[in-house]
Amino acid sequence: MELLWEGIRKAFDLLRTLDPEVLGITLFTLKVTLLATLASLVLGLGAGLALALTQFPGRRVVISLVNTGMGLPPVVVGLFVTMFLWRNGPLGGFELLYTPSAIILAQTVIATPIITGISVAALQQLPPDLRLQILSLGATRPQMLWLLVREARLPLLAAVMAGFGGVISEVGASLMVGGNIKGSTRVLTTATVMETGKGNFDVAIALSLILLALTFAVNAVLTHIQQRERPR
Amino acid sequence: MKNRILASLAGAILCLGPAAFAQHSVILATTTSTQDSGLLDVLVPMFQKQTGFQVKTIAVGSGQAIAMGRKGEADVLLVHSPEAEKAFMADGPGLNRRLVMHNDFVVLGPQADPAGLKAAPGAAAAFRKLAAGSFTFVSRADQSGTHAQEKKLWKGAGVDPAGRPWYLETGQGMGQTLNVASEKKAYTLSDRGTFLAMRKNLGLAIVSEGDASLANIYHVIEIDPAKFPKVNAAGGKAFAAFLVSAPAQEVIRTFGKDRFGSPLFFPDAGKKDN
Repeated sequence: MELLWEGIRKAFDLLRTLDPEVLGITLFTLKVTLLATLASLVLGLGAGLALALTQFPGRRVVISLVNTGMGLPPVVVGLFVTMFLWRNGPLGGFELLYTPSAIILAQTVIATPIITGISVAALQQLPPDLRLQILSLGATRPQMLWLLVREARLPLLAAVMAGFGGVISEVGASLMVGGNIKGSTRVLTTATVMETGKGNFDVAIALSLILLALTFAVNAVLTHIQQRERPR
Repeated sequence: MKNRILASLAGAILCLGPAAFAQHSVILATTTSTQDSGLLDVLVPMFQKQTGFQVKTIAVGSGQAIAMGRKGEADVLLVHSPEAEKAFMADGPGLNRRLVMHNDFVVLGPQADPAGLKAAPGAAAAFRKLAAGSFTFVSRADQSGTHAQEKKLWKGAGVDPAGRPWYLETGQGMGQTLNVASEKKAYTLSDRGTFLAMRKNLGLAIVSEGDASLANIYHVIEIDPAKFPKVNAAGGKAFAAFLVSAPAQEVIRTFGKDRFGSPLFFPDAGKKDN
């Protein structure tokens, strides 16, 4: 118990003194996870719209695969992305392994199925006649898509939160593809693992609390956007 | 789909700026002990300042570090698993294996030392005592240099601990394994540097030390660019040369003295290797 209080005190010390290393890791974590969430949103919403609004053979199989992908273990993603990015691997020419871009790529792979899966469910929940109604009122196809997305914005923002939650909490993929390099690819989760391994439990607790606070802050902003105008 | 991923990646790279200047980054594959003890936190910035290379330190066990070298996925190795290193050199992917420093391994156990290892004459006798009394032993079990050393010590003691109920395998780094041993009131093998650096949080004490079979020797190995054209040969060579240079050796000689009372490593560059 004493250790926990010590950790909480240390967390406030690190924040109060604006410890440059901790601040750097925190901002870097925020940057990487937000970029990955953004990329996943673009890919996942696109794929979600395509899956929800079109009919093609094997569609159910694809949706099942996406739903399975919502539980994709980060270490599995980490392993495969690492193998692709190895110097002598298929994407080795880009020299991405152990860079921030590698973490963003891996996290995008983790979050895209989450956002796709929830988007499909959100869009399918809309009244089926809505599309026809919108089109019959003379809307163009992009306008129709935009209206559908607007109509489903509550669950879609929940999808963004789930995707963000998936990437900010994962450690396996970031550790494998990023390498936990000081000042370059160290994020809050990998730093916590390392400090725990070193026996610096107070610092580890401090980093965990910062991670929780950061997750809360981002979700608070997203929730605010989500709840801004209550649907009638 | 693939194009979109690549496009978003390209965007990400632009956002993050100079993260990927490949020519100037050196991948150093090394052991957890050099990172967990804090030594690299001093040496790496010094090297980067001196040469302008960016070092990407990948701290894994010596086994994995050597495996990365075998695939040309690292530019330079700093490892402590002499037998695996010799096999690696014989197979050809390494260049210029040089002695950097040493410290020693210590056998750790609960303060009370229920197995009475302090009275054992030497490491082999200590390990035999552990097996005879079925005292819990925590192994790294991660093909690291420390794990290789531990296997050698069991062999020397004539014991095969694999599968015994008192033999716990963590598969993790030294720091994490020390935490497990401490919580389980078990025995374990550690390099002295990591133990000294972490001692404040551990309920462990040295119960056997000083035996010649407990020497822990670190070598630096460059990866041969003739075998792997993508290797940053200049960077690897520069880092190896830096480690055996006088200023780096001086840092190694004094590192940890102020915090732990005794140095964690002893510089060995230029000494005769055996």
